[in-house]
Amino acid sequence: MVPTSYYLILSAVLFGLGIVAFVFKRNIITIFMAIELMLNAVNLAFVAFSQSLGKTDGEVFVLFVIVVAAAEAAVGLGIIILTARNRRSLNVERVDLLKL
Amino acid sequence: MPILNHLWIIPLLPLLGSAINGLLGKDWPKSTVNSVALGSTGLSFLCALEAVREFVAGGLQPFRREFVDWIVAGNFRAGLDLQLDQLTVVMLLVVTGVGFLIHIYSTGYMAHEGGYYRFFSYLNLFMFFMLILVLAANFVLLFVGWEGVGLCSYLLIGFYFLRKSASDAGKKAFIVNRIGDFGFMLGMFLLFRTFHSLDFNRPDLKGVFDQVAQAPADAMGQFGILTVAALLLFVGATGKSAQIPLYVWLPDAMEGPTPVSALIHAATMVTAGVYVVARSHVLYTHAPTAMYVVAIVGCATAFFAATIGLVQSDIKKVLAYSTVSQLGYMFLGCGVGAFSAGIFHLMTHAFFKALLFLSAGSVIHAMGGEQDMWHMGGLWSKIKVTAWCMLFGTIAIAGFPPFAAFFSKDAILAAAYGHEPAGKILYGVGLLAAVLTSFYMFRLIFLTFFTEQRYDEHHVHVHESPKNMTIPLMILAFLSLTGGWFALPALFGGKDYFAEFLSPVFGSAEGAGEAMPASLEHILSVVAVVAATAGLLVAWRMYRGKVKRGTSEGLHKLLYNKYYVDEIYQALVVGPLVWLSRNVLWKAVDEGVIDGTIHSIAHGTAVVGDTVRHAQSGNTRSYAVWVLIGAVVVFAIIFWPVLHPALFGGAR
Amino acid sequence: MSASLIIFFVLALLAIFAAVSLILQRHPIHSALSLIVVMVALAGLYLLMGAEFVAAVQIIVYGGAIMVLFVFVIMLLNAEEEERTNFSKMARFAGIPLALAIAGFIAAAIARNAGSLPAAEPSGALTSTKTLSNLLFSDFVYPFELTSFLILVAILGAIVLAQREN
Repeated sequence: MVPTSYYLILSAVLFGLGIVAFVFKRNIITIFMAIELMLNAVNLAFVAFSQSLGKTDGEVFVLFVIVVAAAEAAVGLGIIILTARNRRSLNVERVDLLKL
Repeated sequence: MPILNHLWIIPLLPLLGSAINGLLGKDWPKSTVNSVALGSTGLSFLCALEAVREFVAGGLQPFRREFVDWIVAGNFRAGLDLQLDQLTVVMLLVVTGVGFLIHIYSTGYMAHEGGYYRFFSYLNLFMFFMLILVLAANFVLLFVGWEGVGLCSYLLIGFYFLRKSASDAGKKAFIVNRIGDFGFMLGMFLLFRTFHSLDFNRPDLKGVFDQVAQAPADAMGQFGILTVAALLLFVGATGKSAQIPLYVWLPDAMEGPTPVSALIHAATMVTAGVYVVARSHVLYTHAPTAMYVVAIVGCATAFFAATIGLVQSDIKKVLAYSTVSQLGYMFLGCGVGAFSAGIFHLMTHAFFKALLFLSAGSVIHAMGGEQDMWHMGGLWSKIKVTAWCMLFGTIAIAGFPPFAAFFSKDAILAAAYGHEPAGKILYGVGLLAAVLTSFYMFRLIFLTFFTEQRYDEHHVHVHESPKNMTIPLMILAFLSLTGGWFALPALFGGKDYFAEFLSPVFGSAEGAGEAMPASLEHILSVVAVVAATAGLLVAWRMYRGKVKRGTSEGLHKLLYNKYYVDEIYQALVVGPLVWLSRNVLWKAVDEGVIDGTIHSIAHGTAVVGDTVRHAQSGNTRSYAVWVLIGAVVVFAIIFWPVLHPALFGGAR
Repeated sequence: MSASLIIFFVLALLAIFAAVSLILQRHPIHSALSLIVVMVALAGLYLLMGAEFVAAVQIIVYGGAIMVLFVFVIMLLNAEEEERTNFSKMARFAGIPLALAIAGFIAAAIARNAGSLPAAEPSGALTSTKTLSNLLFSDFVYPFELTSFLILVAILGAIVLAQREN
């Protein structure tokens, strides 16, 4: 049997790696993928807790998270396409119109 | 109707005249302005006469009436209270009478000047304040009048305000007076603190003078409270009455129109200091040190100013220094205890000094504005009335009997002679000053009227002044002759009516002079006449026929430049103060501290903004990091209770 | 060392390596493929735990739809290798410490309380699809309906965004 805490620590590690990717990558799409990674890490934690506590509510929530992630991915990628067309670059640091 | 119950009407009438002329008179014809101004002053004079009549008819009882409660604070009360006693009678009649005559004169003198209505408005305002001053029954109301006449003096000296010298002179007068007023106020504060009242005399004997009369006198040389208060009040008097060291404004005040010089700087305002000292005689007799100081300052000023007047070339400046000198005599009189003699000289001085100034104004008017005596000469035959009047005034001031000043000056010098200690010295200096007075006044007469003509007839058309100027002159000339007859000294077989009249006021203050043997009085009178004659003769010898103006060097230069007192004050007092204001108060405090604080705050805000600006870089990754930082903080807050106990002992 | 533990470690290491690869790869398509590997590994872990339905949904929706969408967008935009710009000083210096902090907090909290959690997870007795759908349509029906609404909005949004300027 795998102790629950192992899953949770894995979830934390994946979450941290997602943050690192989010901060250090410059391509907009890659950053978006890092967000998906973070969501996945959270999903893992939900499922682990759900199994550990014996209630299925956690898994239901995971379904919802996946649905929302899908919707968010759709709209977000649409925005990314538009931005990329406008700025002619996929480098997030080139999108700096708010600079003082 | 009993005027005494409505004493306030006497000052109120000129105030109304001033307000009407000032607010409405701008476009009125001169005749209307005249009627308002002369009418209010004349009515005030009539009311004053009526008040005096009632006073006399009421058995010479001192009258005091409280009209309005002005300041009431705890036990202290200062009201708009007016009083009338013998001293007030003298001052009242002098102020309203001479004032009225000068108003009439001004209608002629100022006829061709701009700002006619403004002049009479200010002049009436001055009458109001001066009357408040003499009628006041407490120090506070007196001080209101005191300051008010200072204000009117400023306004009238600087009447030709477009001329820089005139506006400077006005400022100088006001500022120097203010210094004196500071001393006066300190004296008032001290009196209030000691006696808890500022009323002169109260029916319940709680007034200042009532309490002083009960208090023990300070000894000579002791600087008790009474002495200090008396000295402080005297500081104010030196400012207002132009004694050493605060006399410097009076000669500059000649920038004002001549009627102003006559009224304010000869007859009335400058006598306010003498009035205060006389009114406070109880205080001074209880403070012999202060009285001695008064006498010495008065005597020194009399001599000092006379020396300066010897060599001046402007006709009005000679008269100005003469005024300073004669005021010194009045203070000398008060200082040796002869208060009624001092007031007597005040009255006669009002007559002949006003006469002299108005005549000088007439001469200036005749000469088309020329004031320098070295450009006059030979005017005797051309302006006979003015010339005779001026001669009357000169004979009066020199002290020849039977003219007025002989009696008053003689009384003062006699009192000084008999005074202990050092009375003989005071007498000697005073006598010397009398010689000088006679000299410079006759010098003035000779230079102006008798020596050869030193002006160009084609440029100056000498003409006699109109009636509204010459008639007041003649009235004043008459008074200069007869005004002294109130106090014929015993040697002429007469009675000193004046001193007797004032004796209920001054009471036992005047013991000193009575015990003089008649022979000594005779001798002193003769000496006085000899002194006057000496001055006349020297002047006649020096200024006869053709006169040449020499170069100014040595002693002459020193005297002509007024002992450089103005320059000394500038270097010692004014200069450093201006430097202090400019460099410390302006540059350091105002610009540095106050402006600096504001600027620093603004600058600080800008710096902070400039620094924080970098947070908004437009760079998405930076923003993401900021979000993460916030998340870490939230995590820390949430997880701290969980982690905290684990930090100390609890293995992983 | 039971079999499940070994499988767990294998899948866990796979997920971690794939996540690290996502960070280290320069071309976005490689990052996308790494992410797919992560998701598959996670699906395996779900199976290990006994949550079959979630694992299936993970692969079908996440792996089969969302990641395909990502790959399509990468192809559409002709993404290239990443430019090495580094305008943000803050990100350079604060990134790793922050990540360590967050992960550290969570891990520490978990480790502290590791004992209090029920030991492991049972097999699929409770987590049949039937239980899941019962819950979905009884206790969670309201969010369920809302999600359909959400998807509708997302579709509309995507269409609007994708329009060309007319």
